[in-house]
Amino acid sequence: MVFIAFLNQMPNSVAQGLIWGILAIGVYITYKLLDFADLSVDGSVATGAAAAVMCIVAGVPMGLALLIAFCAGMLAGLVTGLFHTLLGIPAILAGILTQLGLYSINIRIMGGKSNVAISASKYNLLVTSRDDRMLATILILLAFVAAIIVLVYLFFGTEVGNSLRATGSNPNMARAQGINTSFNKVLGLALSNGLVALAGGLLAQYQGSSDVKMGQGAIVIGLAAVIIGDVIFSKIFRNFALRLLSAVIGAILYYIAIAIVLRMGMSSTDLKLFSALVVALFLAVPHFRGVYLSRRGGRIRA
Amino acid sequence: MLEVNQVVKVFNHGTVNEKRALDAVSLTLADGDFVTVIGGNGAGKSTLLNVTAGVYGVDSGSVVIDGSDVTKLPEHRRAKFIGRVFQDPMMGTAADMGIEENLALAMRRGKTRGLRWGITAKERAIYRTRLADLDLGLENRLTSKVGLLSGGQRQALTLLMATLQKPKLLLLDEHTAALDPKTAAKVLELSDRIIAEHHLTTMMVTHNMRDAIAHGNRLIMMYNGKIIIDISGKEKKKLTVEYLLEQFGRLSGSDEADDTLLLS
Repeated sequence: MVFIAFLNQMPNSVAQGLIWGILAIGVYITYKLLDFADLSVDGSVATGAAAAVMCIVAGVPMGLALLIAFCAGMLAGLVTGLFHTLLGIPAILAGILTQLGLYSINIRIMGGKSNVAISASKYNLLVTSRDDRMLATILILLAFVAAIIVLVYLFFGTEVGNSLRATGSNPNMARAQGINTSFNKVLGLALSNGLVALAGGLLAQYQGSSDVKMGQGAIVIGLAAVIIGDVIFSKIFRNFALRLLSAVIGAILYYIAIAIVLRMGMSSTDLKLFSALVVALFLAVPHFRGVYLSRRGGRIRA
Repeated sequence: MLEVNQVVKVFNHGTVNEKRALDAVSLTLADGDFVTVIGGNGAGKSTLLNVTAGVYGVDSGSVVIDGSDVTKLPEHRRAKFIGRVFQDPMMGTAADMGIEENLALAMRRGKTRGLRWGITAKERAIYRTRLADLDLGLENRLTSKVGLLSGGQRQALTLLMATLQKPKLLLLDEHTAALDPKTAAKVLELSDRIIAEHHLTTMMVTHNMRDAIAHGNRLIMMYNGKIIIDISGKEKKKLTVEYLLEQFGRLSGSDEADDTLLLS
């Protein structure tokens, strides 16, 4: 019985995983490529959700609504980037400041309310959790993920994209090669938060509302997806596009794990604790792998 | 080619640790000059290089490269004129990018980076020949991550990157100090070859007096933020370590030179 209930839950986990996978690609850009733990994500998810929902309610076409959500997220990333590069605020703190400020802005976007409902029966939504449209939702999300992976892959193959990777890999070298590392950090943060906000716009439709608190802990889930994907697939997936895909798969696995523990009777209010521990566990894996190898006299790559 | 005019650089202004790293230093390099810079720890030689490269701004004075005043330009905009190799082999290359990707970044030094493809097939052919010149077998490992290379290989690659676009000025900051003696000699020989081949104006900081004497057409010695010895041409060819030490003791009024300068 439990197993069948779990299988029924599967499409839901996959859909959620795909949406969070888009967010995870955004997190991958900052965390993995720029070496920047960007906490503005918690705010920009809700910004994207608020912007998309308000647009849809106002009758803006879906494509434009999501584009506006994307741009709103880019602005949020821009602010974090300027906090960091122009004002010299440490990365983590710059993200926290943006996140905090966005709380007020998000409520303003939603016309002073902390929650705006958007029902699939009243509006023509792109994705929804309603059972009768689950298959279409998953296919649409798959198309989104595929398109985003292709675009991000192509972008990071360009001159600008390469210079962005160099900025994250070795800023000293980047500057010596004439790369404006400050500009690149801002650009990377904007791009990342744009994707995060796009995910927020899709998530709001999927769950039927935009809520100012919906981004709480989003960065942790994004990191969980990136790290789970990395720990499991880094040995097999060398290609950059596959690395991005592994973050998406990480997100899906994460949501399947959540479904399992909920089925096993975990209270939904304990989920945040669960997320935190999952991330801690997977972050520890590379560390302990290193400790283990060095004890055995193995070589670790610096 | 390079003019450093009356440059003053003070670290930790107004604290007990205040240090006048460069004390009104002036230096002019002619086109094609290869100057070696020696001096003890804290003499100001690395600061001189870093001020030239734009890592630090100056407190006063100016830096002019090939007629353009670059004193106010940030590091990444000066890179158009300057090729650099650092002391730390990790510092000059991006470890988790491929050899060809690193070279492609260097190929675009001083150029506007757009949405064109990051590496073209035509470039790859160039990289292959240039890497083959290094004689390290790297030409067959274009896509290998640079992090997998040895320190010597990384320095050779950084040297190639610094000179891929002919720089107005090549800055070598103790670039062999972190290598074992055999590899260091190889990288130095390679540096000599590339500098001669492309007729590069070069400033090379070194800890090693013998290297400083054996390479380049000019030698300067720094002490306490000042240039205290500047020898070039025929005179330089006749230099010996003993003579330099004696001069250093006389000019600086101390004999601390022996320890710090004779190392290695």
